[in-house]
Amino acid sequence: MRVGLFVTCLVDLIRPRIGFAALRLLEAAGCQVIVPAAQTCCGQPGYNSGDRSATRALALKLIDEFADCEYVVLPSGSCAGMIREHYADVFRDDAANGQRAAALAAKTYELTDFLVNVAKLDRVPGRFEGSVTYHDSCSGLRELGVKGQPRALLSKVPGLRLTELNGAEECCGFGGAFSVKFGDISARIAERKCGNIQASGADAIVGGDLGCLLNIEGKLRRMGDDRTRVLHVSEVLAGND
Amino acid sequence: MEVRSMHFKARVAEKLNDPVLQGNLRLSKGKFVDKRAESIRELPEFEATRDAAEAIRNRALRDLDLWLEEFERKATARGGSVLWARDGDEVCRLVIDIARRHGVRKITKSKSMLSEEAGLNQALEAAGIQPVETDLGEYILQINDNEPPSHIIAPVVHKSKEEVADLFARVHRKPRKTDINEMTREAREILRPHFLSAEMGLSGGNFLIAETGSVAVVTNEGNGRMVTSLPKVHVVITGVEKVIPTLEDLCTLMRLLPRSATGQSITNYISVLTGRKRPEELDGVEHMYFILVDNGRVGLLGSEFQDMLRCIRCGACMNHCPVYQTIGGHAYGWVYPGPMGSVLTPLYTGLDQALDLPHAATLCNQCGVVCPVKIPLPDLLRKLREKQVEEGMRPWFERVALRMWAWVATQPWLYALGTKFAVRYLRWLAGGSDRIRVLAAAPSWTEGRDFPAPEGRTFRELYSERQRR
Repeated sequence: MRVGLFVTCLVDLIRPRIGFAALRLLEAAGCQVIVPAAQTCCGQPGYNSGDRSATRALALKLIDEFADCEYVVLPSGSCAGMIREHYADVFRDDAANGQRAAALAAKTYELTDFLVNVAKLDRVPGRFEGSVTYHDSCSGLRELGVKGQPRALLSKVPGLRLTELNGAEECCGFGGAFSVKFGDISARIAERKCGNIQASGADAIVGGDLGCLLNIEGKLRRMGDDRTRVLHVSEVLAGND
Repeated sequence: MEVRSMHFKARVAEKLNDPVLQGNLRLSKGKFVDKRAESIRELPEFEATRDAAEAIRNRALRDLDLWLEEFERKATARGGSVLWARDGDEVCRLVIDIARRHGVRKITKSKSMLSEEAGLNQALEAAGIQPVETDLGEYILQINDNEPPSHIIAPVVHKSKEEVADLFARVHRKPRKTDINEMTREAREILRPHFLSAEMGLSGGNFLIAETGSVAVVTNEGNGRMVTSLPKVHVVITGVEKVIPTLEDLCTLMRLLPRSATGQSITNYISVLTGRKRPEELDGVEHMYFILVDNGRVGLLGSEFQDMLRCIRCGACMNHCPVYQTIGGHAYGWVYPGPMGSVLTPLYTGLDQALDLPHAATLCNQCGVVCPVKIPLPDLLRKLREKQVEEGMRPWFERVALRMWAWVATQPWLYALGTKFAVRYLRWLAGGSDRIRVLAAAPSWTEGRDFPAPEGRTFRELYSERQRR
């Protein structure tokens, strides 16, 4: 399987190890992984800010870059959701590109969804000693139906105990530009999420979207919690390089 | 009502720092969300019913003019008068005209959000007519110096019992009570004489039924029945979009409305009122008026925002909204709060009146998945953002930043260079620790949180190094 990996702009900038973990997992699943060197951003910040022309330019770039892949996989429900659920709207007045966007959408997957439902990965390379709890990021959950997939994979990690998080499906308050435009509301919503995380008693909070994880980690640390680890699901599944 | 949505940010800060409000919001969140979840568990066909409800509302909106004419014909045949109002001012004028025609000095009111849109109470008072709110929540707000509601079905949800006890003691001039039954009885004793002496009752309407010319009024307190049956005159004020074709449609929608709103399988009262008293009947109103209101609704027909007109005003979107749960309803600054309010306020009062509201959402879609008529609220909020951009309403620095970012992101070499320096700068800011405490580029992030430090090199750099090895 020829799989294109789109690491997302946040991973590129802040947590490259998530990109490498995704790469290892895809390779462990037997995929031939292509990482287009010129990839940048899926266009979601522009789309959610109402700037359709900026979004279009980036969407076209991404469509070109991944045109010859059988699948496109992203370690992010939010960016995968952008391509799968919203590219069609970006090209609502442009039938030709709309068709290309639809073709891309049909082969685009969030990482854990791909590993479980397409690659059918049955053994994961990672190990984890301790308990984790899982935060369901909004786009992955409500746009793509990512819910059981990460849990199924985490249950295969030796040593890992999964405890369910109270309010796991509630938004963490990140919301992209929202987290800066309305930093005060955003941080307050994050506080609620972090309270639930601490109440779970888990050693680590795990999620599938770096945006949410940055928000959660930033709030936990500001609350004085240096103990709870904040990890992307791919890091836990892939283990150390 | 005066639009104060442009002061959103200032009011948010105020609400976040109000410990009493924060406590009240925490309590109400649990109640609404958990009760709804419980009540839909007993209805396995809930999702299919949502599909049916969406179809009913779409059918009504597709031929809204025809259904309204049908409603008018049927309602008129049963002795009702159907009047049309373009905006809030016309609503006030019509109500005052009717009141004068029948020598009305006092009006008892059952809940009507449209009368809030129109600022009806103030207009009535100015005309020398006394409006008395009889929904308990609305009554509490009225005696608290006409405070605006903070929620569309639980208008006083922002207040604690203790706050209401203080208010009652002060306004009623009676010993302070904190037992809810006793407090309710005290309010009831005050309202009872008003019910009996008012010459006119005014209600909203949850639905208008075209095939029978009826209005359906859904309540829990029974005040709606008193308001619509004791006085000689009953006036219904409702939006033109509230019409549905049949009584069977009403039954379908009623399976969703109480469950979505309060988590009840059914409300205490559902009144379907059809026409005035007939000669052979002993009770009923002698005059029945329907004021059907546009106030911005008709303009949405056929537009990209038409889906919003499906709304049945259950409040589930705000109950499940992380932003509403955090700031309450008053910060939104007009009649309707939460996600539906953030769509309706700019559409009904002007895009420039509520620039912040479409952006005050994480787009988590919790609202969309609970909406009983499947309104794609995040999509509509995003479309409003697009409209702001198209009309040049966004601040210049945001426009420039977006343009710059989008241009750089289409130039891979420049993007690689820019990000290479950016992550090193951020790493330097973290000063060897795992976090950045003050981020000058985004101070509003670090006011309430740290920003986790980046690893220090981009994926792109590390990957190309690895490829070269």
